[in-house]
Amino acid sequence: MSDDPIVQMTGIRKDFTGVRALDGVDFTLRPGEIHAVMGENGAGKSTLIKVLTGVHAPDAGRIRLDGRPVGFHGPAAAQAAGISTVYQEVNLTDNLSVAENLFAGREPRRGPFIDFRAMRRKAKALLDDIGLDLNVAAPLSSYSIAMQQLVAIARAIDVEAKVLILDEPTSSLDRDEVEVLLGVMRRLAAQGTAMVFISHFLDQVYEICDRMTVLRNGRLVGEWATADLPENELIGHMLGREAAELEQIERTVAGHRVADEAPLASAAGLGRKGSIAPYDLDVHRGEVVGLAGLLGSGRTETVRLIAGADRADSGELRLDGAKASGHNPRTAAARGIAFCPENRKTEGLVGDLTVGENMILAMQAARGWARSVPAARRDRLVAEFIEKLDIRPADPDMPVKNLSGGNQQKVLLARWMLVEPRLLILDEPTRGIDVGAKADIQRLVAELSGEGMAVLFVSAELDEVTRLSDRIAVLRDRELIAVLESESERTVEHIVDTIVAGGRHE
Amino acid sequence: MSTHQLTERPSRSMLFDGLARYIPIGATVALLLALYGGGVANYPKFDSPQVIAKLFIDNAPLLVIAVGMTFVILSGGIDLSVGSVMAFATMACAWLTVDAGISAPLAVALVLAFGTAWGLLIGAVIHYFDVQPFIATLVGLFLFRGLTLQISDTDVSMRDVEFFQWGMVHAVDVGEIRDGGFWLPNLSFVAFAVVIVAFTVLHYTRFGRGVYAVGGSESSALLMGLPVARTKIGVYAVSGFCAALAGVLAAFATKSANPLANVGAELDAIAAVVIGGTLLTGGAGFVLGTVAGVMVWGMLNTLIAFQGNLSSWWARIAMGVLLLAFILLQRVLARSGEKRRT
Repeated sequence: MSDDPIVQMTGIRKDFTGVRALDGVDFTLRPGEIHAVMGENGAGKSTLIKVLTGVHAPDAGRIRLDGRPVGFHGPAAAQAAGISTVYQEVNLTDNLSVAENLFAGREPRRGPFIDFRAMRRKAKALLDDIGLDLNVAAPLSSYSIAMQQLVAIARAIDVEAKVLILDEPTSSLDRDEVEVLLGVMRRLAAQGTAMVFISHFLDQVYEICDRMTVLRNGRLVGEWATADLPENELIGHMLGREAAELEQIERTVAGHRVADEAPLASAAGLGRKGSIAPYDLDVHRGEVVGLAGLLGSGRTETVRLIAGADRADSGELRLDGAKASGHNPRTAAARGIAFCPENRKTEGLVGDLTVGENMILAMQAARGWARSVPAARRDRLVAEFIEKLDIRPADPDMPVKNLSGGNQQKVLLARWMLVEPRLLILDEPTRGIDVGAKADIQRLVAELSGEGMAVLFVSAELDEVTRLSDRIAVLRDRELIAVLESESERTVEHIVDTIVAGGRHE
Repeated sequence: MSTHQLTERPSRSMLFDGLARYIPIGATVALLLALYGGGVANYPKFDSPQVIAKLFIDNAPLLVIAVGMTFVILSGGIDLSVGSVMAFATMACAWLTVDAGISAPLAVALVLAFGTAWGLLIGAVIHYFDVQPFIATLVGLFLFRGLTLQISDTDVSMRDVEFFQWGMVHAVDVGEIRDGGFWLPNLSFVAFAVVIVAFTVLHYTRFGRGVYAVGGSESSALLMGLPVARTKIGVYAVSGFCAALAGVLAAFATKSANPLANVGAELDAIAAVVIGGTLLTGGAGFVLGTVAGVMVWGMLNTLIAFQGNLSSWWARIAMGVLLLAFILLQRVLARSGEKRRT
């Protein structure tokens, strides 16, 4: 392995309106190595990759490829320079045949015409090389998504890449398919191709990678050789402990849950195949139940079943002891469950409507379209919540898309608070927002539960979960592995230990 | 290496997949045969070969614009301007030869070049300004109909009639019609040539496969490094050329220009393409299917002519019903395809 780096990124900074996605990040990639970029959601992994592949231009910092400074104007330029990317979604055209997808744009030709026979032969040889036996004349759509992903990788390899970036390539592959992929990666590494591997499957990272670069909140945590960084230390680095940065949230009402009171919502064996294994979970009035786990561990999937956003295919959900049948988002809302989804831009807010209009949406929906909310009452409520949540700028007529991420999140929270739900489900409410807004939202959650609302709180940040929650459900590999109840168990260390230990049982 | 060899059979058998791909066009051919059989059973002289030949005489211009439309629809677009461009091309032939005094071959060449240039322009607008093809080509629909009527609001006869005579000269003459013979003029063979070239380009060149790729998924095609801009602009240039050529064929056929000719021809072309089995969403279909689609349209008109006491609008009514049946068939097939995939 040569020590001259093929890619060297230094001091990379990238800002997106108000949010610093990357701050002074260095990244070095050497020929023939497989290098993992690790970090939780929002840590800046994908931004770093997009800067490298020319999708985003960095605001500061330098990129050197083979020692020469470069700046790519778009993915095509990066590809021409030898940086190929395989994305999580299959970016091929499934109406064409396997062979055509492998060679589209550079088909072997005889005169002006495509030589289909030669193309099929070359396709067969290429797939053979990486251990795939497919009918290359069949349309790509007749194969499973996993196989399509492997075809995409075969295409990227054949483009003679010096640097191959694999962004979550294994998320749709099964065990055998992953083995094939890892085998291909090892062989390419032996030939000197440098690879960046992004995956939330830690076992795969440990199996294949030589080095890891860990990012957190847009900053570089460090670079380690895989052998020098045990799994629990890695998880610690990824999740971080920045308790000092946030003001301590005082739980105004501690231990407020009445011991013998029946739970507000109770899931028994609730599950959905391929999404989350059956689990039991109770939520009481005035209680905050946190959900902790790594990305992809099934946190969101767990709450989506309770919110009615996904249909469970096993178990049952009881609300106030009564079986909740025909649970869907509409009936869930009618039963007093409010769900703030993870992706606030696409699933929550309407960007072109104003702050006030966005806030009032759920309340209006609950009243039905025929009974509009009186203007005076609406203005009063909106003003009240803008003040209560400290939304800035404090202008109810501002289109919501002009607000920063943190303030958008507050608008979304205000929307659900207006309908006064009994159970509030918050999925990553503090992701990608600044520290001040985070503290505001945390304080609010504490206040709401103090007033008797039940809260299900999903967050990638363990400090936040431990600080706010009365009980913590820990997830790993789409399974609820423990519910931590006592105060001594509700610590970041204990959660990390539980996640790491949960993996060893397999 | 290759310790692991992964084999996967296509989730659908090749046989089924082959069939599924050909179901819409198979249905079109079956329909065509049924219409023909019905005609033969009910009307005397319907079995004359000239009935078939006439389909390719009367509908040669429609066939040509439908071929251009096939390119556009395969790429995931639509071109509403072809009817107006066609009428404008015919009128321009008349105007250039009569008023401008240009020789007929030069006029034809200019018209064809203009049609192509217009296609390039509107394709560039669609691609670079990210305008909906529907709206961008609607511009052409209004613009050229207006320009055509501006040149003349009445019929204009061609000059240089000898040149324009060439189109209807019998290229093939087999026996007397009443003895079961038939004839086909030169312009039918121009249309056939367009079909053959289109077929070759679509199936055997990078441009043609690029059209299918862009229609399958434009964003994927871009990430695969395919020349998306060139492909998208190219299909509108092809369609513009075909529309101008259809206008020239119409000039050959009638030796005169009618400013209100071909109103709605773009919609007939779209209908023929869809009935021919091309998906309106792009990425799947055959140019030979389009030929079958045009023949269905021609056959309906022929049947109505033989019946004698029906308004010619019944062809449109039947076409509407058929179109509904075919788009539903496409949806059903697409759904079953999605279900079969895991």
